[in-house]
Amino acid sequence: MGEQIRAPSSPRAWVENVRLIDRISSRKAVLGTLYLTATHVIFVENVSETRKETWVLHSQISSIEKQATTATGCPLLIRCKNFQIIQLIIPQERDCHDVYISLIRLARPVKYEELYCFSFNPKLDKEEREQGWKLVGLKEEYNRMGVPNNYWQISDVNRDYQVCDSYPAEVYVPKSATAHVIVGSSKFRSRRRFPALSYYCKDNNASICRSSQPLSGFSARCLEDEQMLQAIRKANPGSNFIYVVDTRPKLNAMANRAAGKGYENEDNYSNIKFQFIGIENIHVMRSSLQKMLEVCELRSPSMSDFLWGLENSGWLKHIKAIMDAGIFIAKAVAEEGVSVLVHCSDGWDRTAQVCSVASLLLDPFYRTMKGFMVLIEKDWVSFGHKFNHRYGNLDGDPKEISPVIDQFIECVWQLMEQFPCAFEFNERFLIHIQHHIYSCQFGNFLCNSQKERRELKIQERTYSLWAHLWKNRADYMNPLYREDHSQTQGTLRPQTAPCNFLYKFWNGMYNRFEKGMHPRQSVTDYLMAVKEETQQLEEELEVLEERLAELKKVQLNNRKQNSKQQDRNKHIELSTSNNSIANTPQDYSSNVKSFPSRSPSQGDEEDSALILTQDNLKSSDPDLSATSDQESGVEDLSCRSPSGGGCLPSEDSGKDSDEAVFLTV
Amino acid sequence: MEFAELIKIAKVENVQLSCPGLLPVKGTLCITSHHLLLSSQPGGNGEQGMVELWLLLRNIDAVEKRVASSSGSITLKCKDLKVLQLEIPGMEECLNISRSIEALSSVESVMMMYPFFYRPQSMKLKDGWQLYPLQHYYQQIATETTAWRLSCVNGEFTVCPSYPAAVIVPTAVDDNTLKKAARFHQGGRFPILSYYHKKNGTVLLRSSQPLIGPNRKRCPEDEQLLSAALNRGERGFIIDTRSAQAAKQARMMGGGTESKSSYPCWRRLHGPLERGRPLQESFIKLVEACNDTSLSMDRWLSKLESSKWLAHLKGALSTACLAAQCMEREEACVLVHGAEGTDTTLLVTALAQVILDPECRTLTGFQGLLEREWIKAGHPFHFRCARSAYSHARLKQEAPIFLLFLDCVWQLGRQFPFSLEFNEHLLLVLFEHTYASSYGTFLCNSEKERCLCEVKEKTHSLWSWLNQPSQQKKHLNPLYTYNALVIWPSVEPQSLQLWQDPLTLDIRPRFKQWGL
Repeated sequence: MGEQIRAPSSPRAWVENVRLIDRISSRKAVLGTLYLTATHVIFVENVSETRKETWVLHSQISSIEKQATTATGCPLLIRCKNFQIIQLIIPQERDCHDVYISLIRLARPVKYEELYCFSFNPKLDKEEREQGWKLVGLKEEYNRMGVPNNYWQISDVNRDYQVCDSYPAEVYVPKSATAHVIVGSSKFRSRRRFPALSYYCKDNNASICRSSQPLSGFSARCLEDEQMLQAIRKANPGSNFIYVVDTRPKLNAMANRAAGKGYENEDNYSNIKFQFIGIENIHVMRSSLQKMLEVCELRSPSMSDFLWGLENSGWLKHIKAIMDAGIFIAKAVAEEGVSVLVHCSDGWDRTAQVCSVASLLLDPFYRTMKGFMVLIEKDWVSFGHKFNHRYGNLDGDPKEISPVIDQFIECVWQLMEQFPCAFEFNERFLIHIQHHIYSCQFGNFLCNSQKERRELKIQERTYSLWAHLWKNRADYMNPLYREDHSQTQGTLRPQTAPCNFLYKFWNGMYNRFEKGMHPRQSVTDYLMAVKEETQQLEEELEVLEERLAELKKVQLNNRKQNSKQQDRNKHIELSTSNNSIANTPQDYSSNVKSFPSRSPSQGDEEDSALILTQDNLKSSDPDLSATSDQESGVEDLSCRSPSGGGCLPSEDSGKDSDEAVFLTV
Repeated sequence: MEFAELIKIAKVENVQLSCPGLLPVKGTLCITSHHLLLSSQPGGNGEQGMVELWLLLRNIDAVEKRVASSSGSITLKCKDLKVLQLEIPGMEECLNISRSIEALSSVESVMMMYPFFYRPQSMKLKDGWQLYPLQHYYQQIATETTAWRLSCVNGEFTVCPSYPAAVIVPTAVDDNTLKKAARFHQGGRFPILSYYHKKNGTVLLRSSQPLIGPNRKRCPEDEQLLSAALNRGERGFIIDTRSAQAAKQARMMGGGTESKSSYPCWRRLHGPLERGRPLQESFIKLVEACNDTSLSMDRWLSKLESSKWLAHLKGALSTACLAAQCMEREEACVLVHGAEGTDTTLLVTALAQVILDPECRTLTGFQGLLEREWIKAGHPFHFRCARSAYSHARLKQEAPIFLLFLDCVWQLGRQFPFSLEFNEHLLLVLFEHTYASSYGTFLCNSEKERCLCEVKEKTHSLWSWLNQPSQQKKHLNPLYTYNALVIWPSVEPQSLQLWQDPLTLDIRPRFKQWGL
């Protein structure tokens, strides 16, 4: 451990006798040592048998709060972007201050090179790294959609990012749109983000295109931009108009007109139908999440506190607005066969959310594991979603930070809840993607645009998350997914009224680290184990059946070739050896035996029950004795969940320690 | 009374049935003494084939009609929360149908209810009624300890009209003492054994409130009975399901709660739970919110909050956990009571057993628990489930306390998906059968009434139907693995969810029950 510690910028590399506080039952705390390394904060428990480790990447730290010193020491609260909250008590005020100062510096790197992905080394060779980056390819994806074709082509107009520096080098545009039209249109759009293809539906030629807002002000026009929209409509011969969806609230869009921006005037563009969909801006979303997290942080809130807080935060309302926009577009494309142009202001936040939700609803491919990776590459990474600014990878303007992709990921989860058989991946997949968007452990989400990533040579210097997830795909499978299930096919048509229970609080994400709040037994893991078991047995059965068929053949041959002694001997040999393979009780029974031990039910319960015992003895005693202190001997004792112990250390260690080991490599 | 008098019209052709989740069906509507039938016309709806609806009239909670000159429509709102719409040609027919339904669905006499007429060929009367006798339960306890005996002091239902004929009491206490203790408790519900925790020999007792009154009366027999439940030197907990203040106020009305001075070995805790009208109103508000598709996200959350249903759920689970915690962790005996001891008391004792005892989490064990802790224990099903969330009738004694229990069990099942042998479908079936059923299991308010009505002789038991292999299969949890441990649920608001199945309007999940 000692060798790991090399934090040049930190005056102190470790502090002993630090207490890690359990957030739910604050009386519970574990003593340990806090280490600061160049990349992680590590807390190692003193308990000698377990020496449980808690690792937090510096890039995950969203805020550090030093609270007033008490008799027991100086409390330090670390809030993470993956919604983990770590509360420490450091004995000496001075140490606490040192740690605080060091972390503030470490959590806010100023250069990309300081990020973890540049030092992270999973011990893969160059070829493996390159293979990893090739796992998800957008060219293949557009081919899969059916473009280029008679209506759409690749344009090299943005080859050196000369037209639009936040767009990819390769963009798909209508065939009838000349370079002149594209460049003209780009000059009439915010940040020159001209209309480009996001999704193409080959069944009916309808498409989803995206752009930024037009620079229309109160009356400005642009012939090329009008021609561009016309070209998009012409690329869908079956329809005589296109929808232009402005995902902003009307008021916001109108305010933009004063700044020379705004939205399309239906009178100037032939054959468009204009539509506002009120999704709020990044600032509203940031404060909404903040409010919701405050609710999550409440200690033993009442049901009213919780529901009021949730309503007040507006979070689910915003999620619904995004989903509704996606549903509107998916419906236009699938049912009306009409193409849609989507934009917001700059076309890199709400537009990305809405286009990717619509694609996900429309195309079952995006509901597979590979497809989902492609979707994020397509609508988020390639089209210049500003990952660096939104997720605060480098120290920057806090007003640029907003949970934009978090909201998209939650939309996917809400859909998974409603369509449990439609997605190839499970909740864990989403949670891990969210984690790595902030972790900067892989290069995928670095920078604000493809241009910046190319300049930094990300692919040569870092590893791809997709390869890492793909390698561990067994962990991310949804056992209920069936390719032939009716839910898997075609367009998803979700219920939208809140009373249909579509929108739920996502406990698994926002209280991800409060293990005590989650179901104690994982159905997903159990079903996966069953599925694997079944598959193994089926494979075995197949082998045995093959052998049986062989045996029968052999027997038949035996009868025919009765006279040839030599052959016959050989056959007998074969048949006995076959027998020995067929008769492998050890193998078979070990399979059977390993099954229950693998089922998460038993392990988990054992764990939780044991820990509950300890927890409870501690937490319940004072409660009960407090009652006896009362004169009347009567007191309302509201029961705290006996399991309130929450973070069950031994449970924690399962997944996380794996990761920890991985990281130390 | 003749049913025929109430049936104004027996049959109408060309009636259209529509309900959420189902394409409209056209067919013939018939009214019988207990059912509303609709069978689709042959060829009338080729895609769906023959559709036949059998709806127990008892299930209908509210009838809303709209008539025009030549036709009318009737909206039937059912006690199991489904909503059906009938389009009836002819104004006269429409009015007659609705009058017939209203009259037949509000027949109050127990003996006139469908279970007394239901005679399926495959079943024998009396089967199922002896599946879970208290004697069996007592014998299990007797193998562990001699401290408890089976008393027949209530053999004629004279000591306590809402108790069963046999009850389990401390061996050290004779029947005479019991009789005197009964007079000191509301409705005669003196403390009796509810559950014996084999792991450490502690017991869960339940009763109604003691009649202490404003003058702080005492009853030596009651004190003797409670101290006999404890071993020497042991201390117990009394969990009052009312707040300390409410319990104190109850003294003015002649009730109250055990004082420390009279019961020195018992320590009192309070786990206030809502019941009666506030709970019914919570249920009504919840259903209203769930049926309003026009609600925005904010309005939905605010209506959900103001219904308080989830808060009641959290309260019930918390108090049950408290009781279980006292037994399992403190190794102490627990007495639970509220006021009457027939509602929240049973909610807490039954739920605590599901949490503590793996036997109660099996399919038959759960049925046994319901039989012991709800039906025989005298939960007044007839009063509580007379009307559901849609009724326009004046509320009397209705309250969905049993539904709240089922919801709590559902939450346990969600948090421990492998630990219950039965699935949520069983819980849904139980919910439906408490409000309207072909079986006699949930009829009447007590064993005494069931004897008077000869329910066990003249109706079939729900258990014998549920235990038929074909039914059992539907209600088993495929993920079940026996779990000997206590299942401590999380009661944090984030961990509790709405149980959607009873609340969803979509009718498809219930096709089978209704024979659709």
